[in-house]
Amino acid sequence: MIKHLKSAADLDAATATLILDTAGEMAALAGREVKKLPTLRGRTVVNLFYEDSTRTRISFEAAAKRLSADVINFSAKGSSVSKGESLKDTALTLQAMGADAVVIRHPASGAPHRLASWVDGSVINAGDGTHEHPTQALLDAYTMRSRLGKIEGLKVAIVGDVLHSRVARSNVLLLTTLGAHVTVVGPPTLIPLDVAAALAPGIKVTYDLDSVLADSDVVMMLRVQTERMQDSYFPSAREYSRRYGLDAPRMRKLPEHAIVMHPGPMNRGMEIAPEVADSSRSTIVEQVANGVSARMAVLYLLLGGKA
Amino acid sequence: MTSYLLKGVSVLGGSPTDLLIKDGVIASGAGKADETIDATGLVALPGLVDLHTHLREPGREDAETVETGSRAAALGGYTAVFAMANTSPVADTAGVVEQVWRLGREAGLVDVQPIGAVTVGLAGKQMAELGAMATSAANVRIFSDDGHCVADPRLMRRALEYVKAFDGIIAQHAEEPRLTEGAQMHEGEVSTRLGLTGWPAVAEEAIIARDVLLAEHVGSRLHVCHVSTAGSVEVLRQAKARGVRVTAEVTPHHLLLTDELAASYDPVYKVNPPLRTAKDVEALRQALIEGVIDIVATDHAPHAVEDKECEWAYARPGMVGLETALPVVLSVLGEQWELIAERMSRAPARIAGLTGHGTDLSPGSPANLTLVDPAARRVVDPAELASRSRNTPYAGTTLPGRIVATFLRGEPTVLDGKAVK
Ligand SMILES: [Zn+2]
Repeated sequence: MIKHLKSAADLDAATATLILDTAGEMAALAGREVKKLPTLRGRTVVNLFYEDSTRTRISFEAAAKRLSADVINFSAKGSSVSKGESLKDTALTLQAMGADAVVIRHPASGAPHRLASWVDGSVINAGDGTHEHPTQALLDAYTMRSRLGKIEGLKVAIVGDVLHSRVARSNVLLLTTLGAHVTVVGPPTLIPLDVAAALAPGIKVTYDLDSVLADSDVVMMLRVQTERMQDSYFPSAREYSRRYGLDAPRMRKLPEHAIVMHPGPMNRGMEIAPEVADSSRSTIVEQVANGVSARMAVLYLLLGGKA
Repeated sequence: MTSYLLKGVSVLGGSPTDLLIKDGVIASGAGKADETIDATGLVALPGLVDLHTHLREPGREDAETVETGSRAAALGGYTAVFAMANTSPVADTAGVVEQVWRLGREAGLVDVQPIGAVTVGLAGKQMAELGAMATSAANVRIFSDDGHCVADPRLMRRALEYVKAFDGIIAQHAEEPRLTEGAQMHEGEVSTRLGLTGWPAVAEEAIIARDVLLAEHVGSRLHVCHVSTAGSVEVLRQAKARGVRVTAEVTPHHLLLTDELAASYDPVYKVNPPLRTAKDVEALRQALIEGVIDIVATDHAPHAVEDKECEWAYARPGMVGLETALPVVLSVLGEQWELIAERMSRAPARIAGLTGHGTDLSPGSPANLTLVDPAARRVVDPAELASRSRNTPYAGTTLPGRIVATFLRGEPTVLDGKAVK
């Protein structure tokens, strides 16, 4: 098993599949009366959050606690972090505390890589800047597999601000590793340079959302920040939503079985219409539940549990 | 003054000869000397001249001082360095440039020639008192807002024109600021993979293209700092073919390293302009050989540990380079001594109008020279650097060549590979 999970590229197909299978076992556990496993008793998991992300922190916290780990939350607010302590000094503190795993959320791309060079424990990337969010990709893959029975051969459209999206990067990497056919869709300004060469040579790029809908098994809508308008990535929220928003008429173009995903938090009416978000195709609520199972699997396997 | 006889030295790779250094100059013929140095196997080069050094004093003496930077320079084979103006306070007045110049004289290890800021506070708004700096004791001829681009085209035009009165030259840090907001590394495949905001090549090329046209229009001299892209080379090639009075420099790191190194997210590889692709490196090497790029300049940029031991986005850009420049160039060009002397000593001295440096090692010339052992190999150890900072990208790398001795006007500043003071 790998030691750190810094990037979805750290996972080969066998490892990723093992994590998804393990997540399935963890999900089955959630149905039992006693929701705790003793697996990580006596182990310390630190949630080191430099960005406000209550949903991700709670998800990791729940995952660690269900495995009986001791959880320490180190958030940027109300701790030495906000007083300007460097990441390295914080890392040395966590090292002294004997952290077995550090889950890090950070606004700077690559912060988990730096952290991993300063601590002995496992480092799990819970979202770094505009780089990656590998556990989100795992929970998304898990959700796809639960709904559609497989990942290999699925046609997945990832739509929106790919340039700034850590969710998109991790999903492109993981889904192609698992044999899905990925198309990234968005305005040219929000598709990063050389995206296929950079991430996965097999992926396709299109600027036309309507052209991919009829042939998609999964449509993953990315959050688009309206502030991007000020930087001339697109002219207005209205135009963005007309060209790249998933509304009811577009949803009707999807095949019968297709699902709609969103990593949250959503801008309803911007990239996704309320009736789409609340439809039966939407997996948005399950994604949250599956997040805990996927993160349990990651912690369990990285910290030496046997599957 | 102690005289030195360099026995069996190879001047620019020529057959072994004896070189006598007496009274600050190269003496004619052989003869007796107070000290004899066995220079068998060593190559003598005119003392190197660096047109682009950050000495950090005044303001960031924790990262470097004029003295520590001078020592690093001497150990790198330099006899003259040009100190960039982005200090605190900024070197935008006669007072500050004279202070830096005086500190250089006191250290006495290399000639420290201050560069004056083009604009007050490097703010890009109002021209600094360029004439006062030119006529100060520091005798400033090169002006640069390095670290910042003189982005305003009208201000750039005026600056290019204004310095004609005292044969000055504007050294431009070519970076269109609107195209590089938040930029962290070269924009391309690697920046996409790493999720780091890209610094597109066109941000450099567009400014160089504009500036060569401005220089042509007003008939002024332009110097382009740290050229980093293949596209910039093409712009320069065309401008030179048209007769535009433009010169350009490339750093050792842009001749050797690529953007792939950012994959570690270790900010020791963060520099501005950023490391580019292998294709750019190849074009820069070719341009340096052909003379489209005139000189190698270090852009020696020392930074305190806390400014590098952090997240990539929060780190300051820059690398130390004085002590590794010649070995890196040797590894890139091989033992082309004539070419190395031209690109690292004569041409920079000429561009700067610096007399007494970059001269041939012939009788009567000032004895500004360095002795290199080309057969030696050195593994770069940051702890061994004389610079106050440790941010070298070459830690653990084996580089060819060792600087054995450096003489400044006949006085040794380095002997046996060690600084004399
Ligand atoms: Zn610069």
